[in-house]
Amino acid sequence: MKVLTLNFLTCAVKACKTTSTSFPLHPKDCELVSDTIAPNPQLLLNVLPRIDWNALIITAGELGFPTLPPTPPTREELESNEKMMTELHTLLLETQISEGSLVCGNCGHEYKIKEGIANFLLPNHLV
Amino acid sequence: MSSELDTAPEKYEEQHVHEVYEQIASHFSSTRYKPWPIVEAFLQSVSPGSIGIDVGCGNGKYLTVNRDVFIVGSDRSSNLVKIASQHQPHTAVVADTLSLPHRAGRFDFAISIAVIHHLSTPERRREAIKAILECLKDDGKALIYVWALEQKNSRRGWDEGHEQDVMVPWVMKSGKKNPNEDGSTEKTFQRYYHLYRSGELADDIVAIGGEMIEFGYEKDNWWAVCRRSTKSREG
Repeated sequence: MKVLTLNFLTCAVKACKTTSTSFPLHPKDCELVSDTIAPNPQLLLNVLPRIDWNALIITAGELGFPTLPPTPPTREELESNEKMMTELHTLLLETQISEGSLVCGNCGHEYKIKEGIANFLLPNHLV
Repeated sequence: MSSELDTAPEKYEEQHVHEVYEQIASHFSSTRYKPWPIVEAFLQSVSPGSIGIDVGCGNGKYLTVNRDVFIVGSDRSSNLVKIASQHQPHTAVVADTLSLPHRAGRFDFAISIAVIHHLSTPERRREAIKAILECLKDDGKALIYVWALEQKNSRRGWDEGHEQDVMVPWVMKSGKKNPNEDGSTEKTFQRYYHLYRSGELADDIVAIGGEMIEFGYEKDNWWAVCRRSTKSREG
């Protein structure tokens, strides 16, 4: 489970999906690993405006990453700042939660992550 | 079929779809590597940086078609998701099509290829399309593929007038080391499919408030490109 993915997922429980407290999901007891992925600056630049920056600040903080700036860099700022580009590439695409869980801030349900794969299947009483 | 469907549809699908794919995952995946042309063209048509979903991504063969986009795939089968998650930089998660964890209104595009026909009631098939369209942004588009009833020239030979709810065998070599009781080395799994008749996919899309953009028939399948309706996009 990549950090970038967490920016686009929420609780699978229908009643939670529309609430603001269910997003982002909160990592709990997570082990992180870093994959080596070939940088794709164009992808990062184009994905940037689609990121929910406030949610990313929360996720990065909860995973113990250095505090992100309060507003996202502009395309030009990111393009000209190699260090920031590398840091974002590492945070968003290379960092994986390998083990742990993701907790919904609304209903408290925990989604397990095993071997890097998150399982969002719900128990019967939550479907 | 209808008597079997007296059991809860989710239980029926668990037995006749999910458990089968879980068991045939590796063999199934080895036969699924070539992207279908219309799916490939759709994926290449989205703008760079687009964020997409692949609902029922299977082994993830579509995740890597366009390297300028990021896709969050999902599938019911954890064995298939394990294979799909090897396609960097994308992600695949285990999820049910009717309880997707993808955040509503955040995605530029969606694909769901050969998936919805595994749902065993009309209500559940429509609910799935609705769930997929809800993930899309106002201007987002979805490509949906389902198996067609009208395929008289195919190996299966079904055509108009045939029963639409069918069991389709998947034959897997079990290997000489694990022969069946009668000594044979093949194992046959039966998967449930709903075969879509002409116009049915469009009816389902419109019924849940979606808007058709394009549709067609390709190699025994009906496909449609659709989006959320103007009304729901404004609301």
